[in-house]
Amino acid sequence: MLSIMEIQETNNMISESNLDVRTITMGISLMDCADSDIDRFNEKIYKKITTYAKDLVKVGDELSKQFGIPVVNKRISVTPISIAAAGCETDSYVSIAKTLDRAAKDVGVNFIGGFSALVQKGFTKADKILIESIPEALDVTERVCSSVNVGTSRNGINMDAVKRMGEIIVETAERTKDRDCIGCAKLVVFCNAVEDNPFMAGAFHGVGEADCVINVGVSGPGVVKTALENVKDTDFETLCETVKRTAFKITRVGQIVAQEASKRLNVPFGIIDLSLAPTPAVGDSIAEIFQVMGLEQAGAPGTTAALAILNDNVKKGGVMASSYVGGLSGAFIPVSEDHGMIEAVEMGALTLEKLEAMTCVCSVGLDMIAIPGDTKATTISGIIADESAIGMVNNKTTAVRIIPVIGKGVGESVEFGGLLGYAPIMPVNTYSCDAFINRGGRIPAPIHSFKN
Amino acid sequence: MKSIITVVGTDRVGIIAKVCNYLAEANVNILDISQTIVSGYFNMMMIVDISNSIKSFEDMVEGLEKIGEEIGVVIKMQHEDIFNCMHRI
Repeated sequence: MLSIMEIQETNNMISESNLDVRTITMGISLMDCADSDIDRFNEKIYKKITTYAKDLVKVGDELSKQFGIPVVNKRISVTPISIAAAGCETDSYVSIAKTLDRAAKDVGVNFIGGFSALVQKGFTKADKILIESIPEALDVTERVCSSVNVGTSRNGINMDAVKRMGEIIVETAERTKDRDCIGCAKLVVFCNAVEDNPFMAGAFHGVGEADCVINVGVSGPGVVKTALENVKDTDFETLCETVKRTAFKITRVGQIVAQEASKRLNVPFGIIDLSLAPTPAVGDSIAEIFQVMGLEQAGAPGTTAALAILNDNVKKGGVMASSYVGGLSGAFIPVSEDHGMIEAVEMGALTLEKLEAMTCVCSVGLDMIAIPGDTKATTISGIIADESAIGMVNNKTTAVRIIPVIGKGVGESVEFGGLLGYAPIMPVNTYSCDAFINRGGRIPAPIHSFKN
Repeated sequence: MKSIITVVGTDRVGIIAKVCNYLAEANVNILDISQTIVSGYFNMMMIVDISNSIKSFEDMVEGLEKIGEEIGVVIKMQHEDIFNCMHRI
């Protein structure tokens, strides 16, 4: 029989430490919507998405009531549009982005991901059309998220894509400068992108996936922080054990919600993504966990080690708790979405270079970082190349979601609102990498990719 | 189906009576009750069987929340699985 202490523990995690199910994401394949006529393609994808996801929000809300835990976001990911729409005879995919946006609004989800291309080794014609459509697509839509995979550990890095994505980020910022360059907050450049990630902005439904799946992202930085507060002056063994046990408990909740969502929607369960994803709320911060671990501020020497411990033990605890673990699974370190990280940047404790080092051991990469609006496209490409190299060599997913804030510089800040938070603009190393980025071509696959 | 009802708040006369009356009207059977008072705070947990309830789960969650507001405590009803999954392997 359950004890009153156990019940209290669970409910305190929810009410005081912000434990929540961060997202139930329905992955929908659009492969069977292929058509040479783009209007017919748009009709088909609208119909498929709104049919499959019609009960997604309702079920999410029901589960939230039944288990007494917030289900914060209900989202959709679709087949990368550059693949699904490759047969369309057109020179722009903006109308597809608009259709995705309309479908998202009509079923009530707050984001739809998959305006994406996978170009790690080269571009198809469709990949090029998609990439060129990104700035306008993110300007004229509200809920569409875009991602481009420019490298993998198996294939190396497509440096032509890296170069072009630097320019695309600047163009997207320009087009949405009247809205604090919000377009760039919905655009991710990946190395080793995963095909079952439920988190935005980088979610897409991979080509190896089933027709429709339910992926669930759980989160609870606050729960980990509270647990660590009880073991403040203990050694690393106790610290790691505590993170593991907590991650296990958090993931179990995700598992039960995912199973129930899958049953009610009559859609197979894909994976649980056991990520620690912060929000701007106090107590829901990765930086606060670092402080409880013994660092004065995020960015202090020891931060990378602390993050490595956190990331590794979240996985170790979580994998036992779910039948299928996937997605990005680990600790996210976005700046604008974490008030403790924002504070560390404002105090000068946390720099872009330290964040880059931290991405070697976190679950993804440079995330939600605002930089000066006059940053050159090649410099952004240089940042993407560095991040991709870290991912390629270390066999991990890395990403860049960076926002050049047009018209603003270091010392100013930008407000994105809601879960996206606000960000102080961080200085970027201004020495040129033009000649390096302009070389063109691709970086060959690394030696450790030859495993066969 | 079993559910867990929790009541947390300042102790006062009639909390259990109110909740039990509501459950009786909904034809919900109470399987177990335990309570503690920690520094003036009333903590109660009830395990109930709602298989024969005449009200829907959602209605009961809302009904109990409302009673809680009236008497100044927080009342939650949750499916027992969220606790079982977290605390039992």
